[in-house]
Amino acid sequence: MIINHPLLGPRDSQEFTYLGDASLIDRPDWQAENAVDQFHDYLYLRDNPAGSHRELWFHETGDRSWLVVTRDTTTHEITAVELARDVARARGRSK
Amino acid sequence: MRYSGLRVIKEALTGHKGWKAAWRDPEPQPSYDYVIIGGGGHGLATAYYLAKQFGKKRIAVIEKGWIGGGNVGRNTTIIRSNYLLDGNEPFYEFSLKLWEGLEQDLNYNAMVSQRGILNLIHSDPQRDAFVRRGNAMILNGADAELLSADQIRAEYPFLNFNDARFPIKGGLAQRRGGTVRHDAVAWGYARGADSHGVDIIQNCEVTGFRIEDGVCKGVETSRGFIGAGKVAACVAGSSGRLMAKAGMRLPIESHVLQAFVSEGLKPVLPGVITYGAGHFYCSQSDKGGLVFGGDLDGYNSYAQRGNLPVVEDVCESGMSLIPAMGRARLLRMWGGIMDMSMDGSPIIDRTHIEGLYFNGGWCYGGFKATPASGFVYAHLLATDTPHDTATAYRFDRFRRGYMIDEKGMGAQPNLH
Repeated sequence: MIINHPLLGPRDSQEFTYLGDASLIDRPDWQAENAVDQFHDYLYLRDNPAGSHRELWFHETGDRSWLVVTRDTTTHEITAVELARDVARARGRSK
Repeated sequence: MRYSGLRVIKEALTGHKGWKAAWRDPEPQPSYDYVIIGGGGHGLATAYYLAKQFGKKRIAVIEKGWIGGGNVGRNTTIIRSNYLLDGNEPFYEFSLKLWEGLEQDLNYNAMVSQRGILNLIHSDPQRDAFVRRGNAMILNGADAELLSADQIRAEYPFLNFNDARFPIKGGLAQRRGGTVRHDAVAWGYARGADSHGVDIIQNCEVTGFRIEDGVCKGVETSRGFIGAGKVAACVAGSSGRLMAKAGMRLPIESHVLQAFVSEGLKPVLPGVITYGAGHFYCSQSDKGGLVFGGDLDGYNSYAQRGNLPVVEDVCESGMSLIPAMGRARLLRMWGGIMDMSMDGSPIIDRTHIEGLYFNGGWCYGGFKATPASGFVYAHLLATDTPHDTATAYRFDRFRRGYMIDEKGMGAQPNLH
C-alpha cells in the first residue's frame, strides 16, 4: 500500500506503524462521572467496520508524524490522508 | 452410513454406487430451539456436541456460503496445547484430548497426526521463559519436554544451528502436538451433526437479529425469518460485522493473516517447528508441501488477501531458520480474516441480550481449539453456565481487569 503523506508525498506503508481506529484521538474526560465506563469503551471496544475506516498510522522511519488515513478495509484502497494534528485540532483536542 | 475399511473394499467391488451424501440439504424450518450462525469448524462442532453430548433437539447451523469455506479451510492445520496462563492452558489441553479421540468419535478420517511441535530457543532468557511455560503445561496435565541443541540436531539436521545472531540453543517440545487435515474437521463434524438430526443450512446469510425487549427471538436471513430459542454467533473473522447487526461493539479488530505452501517435496520436516527469533512456523503436509506462516499484515482488513511486505518478511524468517527452503518454490499463498481480540484470547460468553450468545475473538489460534470450542460453547448453550475449562473467556474480563494476555502486549490487537 502507498500512503500519500500530506507533507512528503507518496510513501510506502512499510515506513509506517499502525495503531488502530482514529477514534483513539478522542480520549475521554478522566473527571467525568462515568469515566470508568468511558475509558473501558475507549480502550477496548471498536467499531471494526467492513468498508471505510479512519485509522492512525505513525511515520516511524520517516518524519515521525501521526496520520489519519481513510482506507477501505475490504479493498485496502486509501481515499484520504490527513495529519492527525490537524484532525485533533479541528475537534478542539489541542491548541 | 458407517465408514470402514471393509466398506471401502465393498464399494470398490460394486462400482462405488453405494456412497451417499454425507449430510442432508434441508430447507430451513420456521423455528428452532438453537440456531448456530456460522458453518465453520467451531459452529459445526458446537452443533455436534449440543446434539450428541447434551441431547438437544431442533438445532440448525446456518451458513452464508458453504460449510468449511472460511477459516477452517484457511489455516496452517497445527494442533497443540503449549500455553502458559491458567485461563488458557486447561482449555487447550482439553481440546488436544478431544483431538486424540476425534476420529473414533466421528467415524471420520481427519488425519490427526501427532507428529510433535517444537518451539526453538535462541537465548538463555528465552530458555528460562520456555522452562516456565513447560512447567505450566505439565501442571495442567499436558506434556512438555526440554530438548538440547544436540537432541534437535538429530531430528532436524538442516536447521541453521550456528547462525551468528540467533544460534539454536535448544527447544521446548510437545510430542502430542501435530497437524490435522483441516477440511476433514469441518466435514467430519458436519456429518456427525447431521446424523444427530442437526439441520445444516447453507447459502443462508444472516441479515439481522429480531430483538424484542432485550430478548433475541431469532434471525432475519436471506431465506426468511428463522425463530430461535437461543441464537449462537460463531463467525470468528466476521464477528464485528455480524454483531454490529445486534448493535454490539466488540473488543475485537479484524486483521488479515497470510499463509503459504511450497511445491511438494520428499519428506523432510518430521514435525511442526516454530522459530524463536522471528514469527515463523512450518510443517510439511502429507502431500509434501511446506506449510508455513508468520505475522499479521498489521492493519484492519476484511479483504482475505494481504500485501507483499509480509510475504518478504515471512520468507526471510524461513530462510534464516531453514536455509535450504530457498531452493523450494512457493506454490500458493492466501489470506484469512482473524478476530484479533484486545488481549489475544477468545471470548465464549452470553451477551447482554437474552438468548444471544457469542463465540469469537480467536486471533490466529482458532483451529487447534475447534473441538473444545464446540464442546464448551455447547455446554454454555445447554446449561447457561460456562464449562470448567472456559470460565475465563468472558466479555467483562476487560472491565474487571482479568485479561488473558499470553504475550503481555496490552490492548493492541495487531501485536498479539
